[in-house]
Amino acid sequence: MSNVALTEKDDVIEYLAAHEHKGLLRFITCGSVDDGKSTLIGRLLYDSKLIYDDQLAALESDTKKHGTQGDKIDFALLVDGLAAEREQGITIDVAYRFFSTEKRKFIVADTPGHEQYTRNMATGASTAELAVVMIDARRGVLTQTRRHSYIASLLGIRHIVVAVNKMDLVDFSEKVFREIEADYLEFAEQLDFESITVIPLSALDGDNILTKSRKTPWYDGAALLPYLETIQVRANLSETPFRMPVQWVNRPNLDFRGFSGTVASGSVQPGDEIVVLPSAKRSKVSSIVSMDGDLDEAGPDMAVTLTLEDEIDVSRGDVICAGQAPAEQTDQFAAHLLWMSEDKLYPGRQYFLKTANRVVSATVTELKHKINVNTLEHMSGKTLELNEVAFCNFSLSAPIAFDAYKDNRRTGSFVLIDKRTNATIGAGMIDFSLRRAQNVHWQDLDVDKSARAGAKHQRPCVLWFTGLSGSGKSTVANLVEKRLHDMGRHTYILDGDNVRHGLNKDLGFTDADRVENIRRVAETAKLMADAGLIVCVSFISPFQSERRMARELLADGEFIEVYISTPLEVCEKRDVKGLYAKARRGEIKNFTGIDSAYEPPQLAEVDVDTSDVPAADAADRIVEYLHAKGYLDG
Amino acid sequence: MSDLQTLIERAKTAADKSDLSISTVSRKLFNDGKAIARLEAGGQCTLKTLETAQERLAVLERETAPGATEAPRPDGLISKTQMTHLDRLEAEAMHVMREVAAEAEKPVMLYSVGKDSAVMLHLALKAFYPSKPPFPLMHVDTTWKFREMIKFRDDLAKRLGLDLIVHTNQEGVAQGIGPFTHGSQLHTDIMKTQALKQALDLHQFDAAFGGARRDEEKSRAKERIFSFRSAGHRWDPKNQRPELWNIFNTKIRPGESIRVFPLSNWTELDIWQYIYRENIEIVPLYFAAKRPVVERDGTLIMVDDDRMPLNGETPTERMVRFRTLGCYPLTGAVESNATTLPGIIQEMLISRSSEREGRVIDHDQSASMEKKKQEGYF
Repeated sequence: MSNVALTEKDDVIEYLAAHEHKGLLRFITCGSVDDGKSTLIGRLLYDSKLIYDDQLAALESDTKKHGTQGDKIDFALLVDGLAAEREQGITIDVAYRFFSTEKRKFIVADTPGHEQYTRNMATGASTAELAVVMIDARRGVLTQTRRHSYIASLLGIRHIVVAVNKMDLVDFSEKVFREIEADYLEFAEQLDFESITVIPLSALDGDNILTKSRKTPWYDGAALLPYLETIQVRANLSETPFRMPVQWVNRPNLDFRGFSGTVASGSVQPGDEIVVLPSAKRSKVSSIVSMDGDLDEAGPDMAVTLTLEDEIDVSRGDVICAGQAPAEQTDQFAAHLLWMSEDKLYPGRQYFLKTANRVVSATVTELKHKINVNTLEHMSGKTLELNEVAFCNFSLSAPIAFDAYKDNRRTGSFVLIDKRTNATIGAGMIDFSLRRAQNVHWQDLDVDKSARAGAKHQRPCVLWFTGLSGSGKSTVANLVEKRLHDMGRHTYILDGDNVRHGLNKDLGFTDADRVENIRRVAETAKLMADAGLIVCVSFISPFQSERRMARELLADGEFIEVYISTPLEVCEKRDVKGLYAKARRGEIKNFTGIDSAYEPPQLAEVDVDTSDVPAADAADRIVEYLHAKGYLDG
Repeated sequence: MSDLQTLIERAKTAADKSDLSISTVSRKLFNDGKAIARLEAGGQCTLKTLETAQERLAVLERETAPGATEAPRPDGLISKTQMTHLDRLEAEAMHVMREVAAEAEKPVMLYSVGKDSAVMLHLALKAFYPSKPPFPLMHVDTTWKFREMIKFRDDLAKRLGLDLIVHTNQEGVAQGIGPFTHGSQLHTDIMKTQALKQALDLHQFDAAFGGARRDEEKSRAKERIFSFRSAGHRWDPKNQRPELWNIFNTKIRPGESIRVFPLSNWTELDIWQYIYRENIEIVPLYFAAKRPVVERDGTLIMVDDDRMPLNGETPTERMVRFRTLGCYPLTGAVESNATTLPGIIQEMLISRSSEREGRVIDHDQSASMEKKKQEGYF
């Protein structure tokens, strides 16, 4: 910010006019604590005169408490926000900082450097247009430099500034600088950057920050801030085809129907032909409505409301696209996925997938390979852990409109949400649709589920028996089937042990295999319900997520969760198969209830404890439930 | 000379003039640093690639022509859709508000009557136009706000036809809690923090907009735009959801709620500039006027009503204004002659003293805001 004396009102108005037309640059700084990243941001804030006097006073007292820079002001203390971080002297979250010069306003995402904070860096990078990668001149290009550059590239940042910091500690040696520059450029060949600018500087002393330093006469590029003020980074979003994910349908009265959203790319004018996905209905833009009057044109990043010429059905979750160049649609795609949770990713488990405006259920169907973020090597793997990146195939419960992430960050990105905890656990960047999704069409069949069920005079359903080993699931399920059979109903039993001899004999007992085990059984039960049968599934099925997945595979009311809640002590005492004894001796690993968790259902339709109720009575209760709810009508 | 040869010659000239390496120019034209070298060696490219490269080269030549950098681009090249930083902040806030309106069951906008609330309300009017904002406004009234604030609030809600909820902690009133008798900390806790929790619980709001900005205070710099609160309204700074792109995970369990800060990325200057640009009405207390004040511990406190005990002090009429608004006994005035918006902005730019200076509660210790927030302070 300029600090000229503003004495006349006219000057202020002029100043405001000038500043009103400033652009905005969002960038991220990455590097480890020791590289002086926070110091650099503190320096930028300080030098751009935005640090107010009383914050400075507070800073001086903080420096006395925690300062690591002797008598010099510790700029890092300006930006390390949370108290815990200040005490440990590290930055553990993403902090957003603001400063502004006469040409631009800047939003800086300051992110931590350690590998365990890869997800934080990715978060900062997702909205940044440029990355400043810090290198300590004494240490050169390190593993972490490669990791930061890879994450920046993965998240679609196309402009890199390599800040070779602490040049004061290597006597501003050109030789040292050139070696680092050459090293970095060689490595960066593998990544997808449009521009790479390497700048020698000292954040602590301010060399090559605001102006060119006299200590680096051999450096012919710009100082950091002037460079950030002028670099053109805005991807040619206006040249890409028009996309607007519909966020909210605007209906103040019966005469007005507008569609509100933020333009993801391209531009649109009244009269332009558009197509709405997924319905593929076409119309033309009638007007672009705003509180300040109708607009002639709407471009990228604008939050607008469109009205259309025809009354077609458009709702939240749809994407309005240029008529001549619509987005693709698919329910199966390949994507890069960054895992952000302490809980591992399991292929086959269901998650919510949220795009800019839409939530669907999704599973990773195949983990093609993991990518080592330090070396960029491909590795095989069955699950994904916190901060790991993988290339995966996804399958969705409904098709979504998308563009490849490299073409459009706004319509090519998604997050994954844990269905149980609601936490955001993954960040995805779509690469391409899997051809299968376009080629395999659902065969429309003349005889459908209701026809098949009608012929059997019953309503199909799946009775899902869950509970500990030895709780009595199979016993009760057998009795239920026998009663139903005696009543002339059409039934089938899928039993955990039996299925593991055939369909699932390739699966073990790791968490990943348990998830896949349940997925296959749920799909099989679904086919059987589709055939009109009443299916009894008797599986320990210890995890809520998988039971929910099974529930969601089936139509509403078709899934009946039967919780056999016999307590562990009773099951262990029974120990019909001698498994508990073995597990206690450590001969069986991952045994539910002993060294692997059982997550009891929260809202089971039926709950019976066979230590209380004899199995025959339990079976009667379940059949009575089916009667009461009308499953046996027809 | 073929089109291809002409292009290569022009590209080389442009590289010389602009001090760019030929591979940089190549990357700009073809997204490929080696394309020009390949073409020169007899390589081929499609007609479409050639056309794109020709267009890009024309732009590059204009940019590198002597004196071109400073000259405005001819009309027609400057797109009407070019956005300034204020436009971007505005669009981001509207996006956030629409997302909440679409996904929350029962949202509310916390309206404090201050300048940030004024901007937030204006953005809501814009985001949902021509509909009215699909949520009520709620003001937590400590009963110690400036009288002018209350009048402004009621007039505005009436004029705009907005649904306004005013909540006061009646238990606090019954106990006679006030800043003079109980001190600023207890007063703020009971009449503000507790009152807010009461009101949110009473109406079962699952999302509440607040006007906080990341530039206000260090611990706010790391708070998300969507900030989650447990059923007890507590904030856990270690357990925040990452926010990538403009995708916001709004899923919560029953009893939990979200505080949403659409102005997260605004600075104080942005707020003033936007008020100026959009001509937004604000409480007159922000403008300098003769007001009765007494000086206590170096802070000028306005005598807004007769509940203020005067220990032998005589209020004097001084030309003052307020940089932030809250409970009058806890809000310091600054001496000023700024009676217009440009005047206020001018003072702000010159004074270089940060805006919460006038707010008594932030002075305790530098990590105090983080502690307050964990306890449920907005």
